[in-house]
Amino acid sequence: MMARIWTTVVLVATLVFAAEHVRAQEQRVPLRIVITEGVIEPMPIALPTFSVGNPGDRELASRITAVIVDDLTGTGLFRRISPDAYLSSDTGADSRIRFADWRAINAQALIAGSVVTANDVIEVNFRLFDVFAESEFGKGVRFTSDVGSWRRVAHKIADSIYQRITGELPYFDSQVAFISESGAKGNRIKQLAIMDYDGANARALTDGTDIVLAPRFSPDGGLLIYTSYETGTPSVYLLNLRTGARQAVLQNPDMAFAPRFFPDGGKVVLSLTIDGNTDIFEVELGSRKVRRLTSSAAIDTAPSVSPDGNWIAFESDRSRRQQIYIMRARDGEPRRISFGEGRYGTPVWSPTGDYIAFTKQYRGRFHIGVMRADGSDERILTASFLDEGPTWSPNGRNLMFFREEPGELGGPSIYSVDVYGRNLRRINTPQFGSDPSWSPIRR
Amino acid sequence: MKLKVMVSLVSLAALVACSGDVLDTGVAGNASGGLGSGGGIGQAELQNYEPDSPEYFTELIGNTVYFEVDQSVISEDSAAVLRQQAQWLNQNTEYSVLVEGHADEQGTREYNLALGARRAAAVKSFLTDLGVADIRLATVTYGKERPVAVCSSETCWSKNRRSVSVVERESGG
Repeated sequence: MMARIWTTVVLVATLVFAAEHVRAQEQRVPLRIVITEGVIEPMPIALPTFSVGNPGDRELASRITAVIVDDLTGTGLFRRISPDAYLSSDTGADSRIRFADWRAINAQALIAGSVVTANDVIEVNFRLFDVFAESEFGKGVRFTSDVGSWRRVAHKIADSIYQRITGELPYFDSQVAFISESGAKGNRIKQLAIMDYDGANARALTDGTDIVLAPRFSPDGGLLIYTSYETGTPSVYLLNLRTGARQAVLQNPDMAFAPRFFPDGGKVVLSLTIDGNTDIFEVELGSRKVRRLTSSAAIDTAPSVSPDGNWIAFESDRSRRQQIYIMRARDGEPRRISFGEGRYGTPVWSPTGDYIAFTKQYRGRFHIGVMRADGSDERILTASFLDEGPTWSPNGRNLMFFREEPGELGGPSIYSVDVYGRNLRRINTPQFGSDPSWSPIRR
Repeated sequence: MKLKVMVSLVSLAALVACSGDVLDTGVAGNASGGLGSGGGIGQAELQNYEPDSPEYFTELIGNTVYFEVDQSVISEDSAAVLRQQAQWLNQNTEYSVLVEGHADEQGTREYNLALGARRAAAVKSFLTDLGVADIRLATVTYGKERPVAVCSSETCWSKNRRSVSVVERESGG
């Protein structure tokens, strides 16, 4: 059964992208968005539907163009000038660009591309132009893959544009593991699932027989670690996304949950409950050696390791209410870093290591927020009846989390928001979705 | 040819969007379960349970005790129920108990798992103190995963902050 599920996964995973190497071109920078806290006026861009040599490729070209447009405008940093306003129609990647026509409609950047298919292989070229400098911005790139992966090609192109114009690392060609929820609120069916970052290509990885919770990606994106009730009590499992192989991390009757990887991928942190008391442990995946990291009578859970591997953030109610603590990964006294009003939980270290995202409960409302790793500079990004479980985009510029609507018919949905609290968006999932985990950028 | 690819993509997407209760795994015939057996009005004649039956334990003594917000302290009301549970268990030693700990939805997932475990452990410890053998008592936490009441206000939340003692006949030995 698992084997069949995995056929498609293997196909996707073994795709090879042939991309001409993009050399970051030194340019004086008129074409640049610097992402800061203030209000950003979206950059107007012209992005005509990619041209085709063969009329049969038209539909595919317009789909690819639409994905690039969604990626870029979805950041809130770009605005696509309506194609109805375009004065030029000849924008093939190799054709001459009449910059005056694009300047006339106030486009700052022009993205021109072309699509060719042959024998189920797709070849997409694109070029990015700085309209006011009347020059190409970076080098043109050609992506080649099988036709079935056209969305990934589109994401790669959007990543390339985003990266050049913002100077930030990319994030569109990434996936999100999550829990797909269905059925009545009192007896939810929960399935491990995975989708593209924009909600496309969602598919389930378990059949819903057992409760599953909170998948997390390994640092290389090849594994998921998650909690399942298949033995009757919560325990932690590894799933290899390439082979479909699955294994239990621990062979013991204790309850285990809240697993996450160390950045080297060789160890994980998790919570074990022994005689009703929950503490934090690390497990070496090779030897399965278990080491205790905290030993308090309090609830210590939701650990997250810093990107350099030296620190662990976790939540504890040792000071009576849930708060965030950090400690050295080797040993040492935990130090509390959250001191605002309310309760703080689910700390998650950002990919760059400077910020920790968290869930905050205050006066019956739930919030997603970020603070520096020393607890300073707290920013609350969202508010609702129940916002929970942040996960960082691979470039640390955005967060996903889930928001639960109240009541019998209410359920969770996955949302994204940028680190300044702008651009809140709901991700379309086939059913209710919770516990998102953002993958690293795909290769 | 290419058009065909597109068409099948579209219909696949539509299929996923409309498939019933369970997200399609792409595997035929594994769409287990659907909605729980909720709904409808049940009717049953009142029973006179045998004092040594699990139904007596579950229905007459009561298998559930409740907790205050964020607490695992056994209240006086709960203690009264648990004393009867212990007495019954001490008289019916062929049964074991799985103590489930639960939390309301007002909390984060991991914390609620730990809180449910704490509640289950508090009940187990109360029962062992009254002479029920440790090996007859197992615990599990469900955190906020299995509410019995599904509104989003204190009326329901107070019913969900609970432990449930599930009696099972010991399977052997």
